[in-house]
Amino acid sequence: MGFDQYHEPPEELGPEARTIARVFASLTEEAEAINWYEQRLAIEQDAEARDVIADARHEEYKHFAMDLELLLRRRPEWRAIAEGILFRAGSITANADAAEAESEDGAAQPDDPGGSLGIGSLRGS
Amino acid sequence: MNHLLRSHAPISDEGWALIDEEARQRLTPGLAARRLVDFGGPHGWTHSATSLGRVEAVGPVAEGVDVRRRRVLPLVELRAPFAISRDELRDGDRGAADVDLDDLDRAAQRLAEAENAAVFHGAPEDGITGIVPASPHPAIELGADPATYAAAVAHAVDLLKRNGLEGPYGLALSREEWTRVVETSEHGGYPLFEHLALILGGPIVWAPGVRGAVALSLRGGDFLFDAGQDIAIGYEGHDADAVALYLEESFSFRSVTPEAAVAIGSA
Repeated sequence: MGFDQYHEPPEELGPEARTIARVFASLTEEAEAINWYEQRLAIEQDAEARDVIADARHEEYKHFAMDLELLLRRRPEWRAIAEGILFRAGSITANADAAEAESEDGAAQPDDPGGSLGIGSLRGS
Repeated sequence: MNHLLRSHAPISDEGWALIDEEARQRLTPGLAARRLVDFGGPHGWTHSATSLGRVEAVGPVAEGVDVRRRRVLPLVELRAPFAISRDELRDGDRGAADVDLDDLDRAAQRLAEAENAAVFHGAPEDGITGIVPASPHPAIELGADPATYAAAVAHAVDLLKRNGLEGPYGLALSREEWTRVVETSEHGGYPLFEHLALILGGPIVWAPGVRGAVALSLRGGDFLFDAGQDIAIGYEGHDADAVALYLEESFSFRSVTPEAAVAIGSA
């Protein structure tokens, strides 16, 4: 069994770092699997075989998303930037620039990526 | 970087922190509407309209095919420009405690007044029907004698109760009416402010930009402020002497239950 998910000596890493390293390795493997299935589907002509490969790729989509979600839950700063980019319409690069700036400003609210003063409602104040 | 272009401004991190905090402190006392109506959002700068959940018939587009158009309430954008001396900003970076931010203070006051005026009196050209024009109740008379104030507010609360509108109730007061209330004592020296608070069961709010007084139910769900971009400071440009900035927000407002408010006096 290989342990090449570690970049640093594993005995020097704590349990949390090793868990994160394993999930990173899983994330990479799921992305690789999706890529392999994509390529197979690009050339496979047999309809029954295509169905099976597509079904397998469908599973890898789920595995990749679960790995990513776990990592984002463990890394709030990463999640904050991802929230400004993922599942948003418009230019990906523009959204990324805005998300990065918000992250650096530290002024963003979850539902308001505009860098407001954060005044909001004053009911009860 | 977003549409506010803040990182283009020749302002240090400490300078931005000073400006943002000054703006918060100057805006908060005057934003009366936000103390009395429901606040939704903020939904961000790209949020352009509030869904009303209604449609209007447009007419058949082809035989046997009807068309309905969704109705929405467009957001309005308020922007209040101001400038800050670059010498003052440099002094702030040196630790000066008395940086001149007067132009920002005036802009904050203008923006707060404009927001209050839009919510309470409306801006028909912008599609906003304010609380006062939407209310079906005639304004309650308010005489020159401050002694009549408690009776007028009690009359307003009674009117709301008779319409099945539960409390607590709030009261928005113009600058003039606020001063009049807080400086008045009734028979026996009891402060009028305290008496009104007992009648209302809710806050009495200093509301620059409002004319007269407005009593309204605070039960919730009656008056809806929908924020797109909540108030933020953006960068316009600069020269050797000053940095041009602006306060900006976008929002819509609608009275879902217009009868849940009544004007008092000259509102």
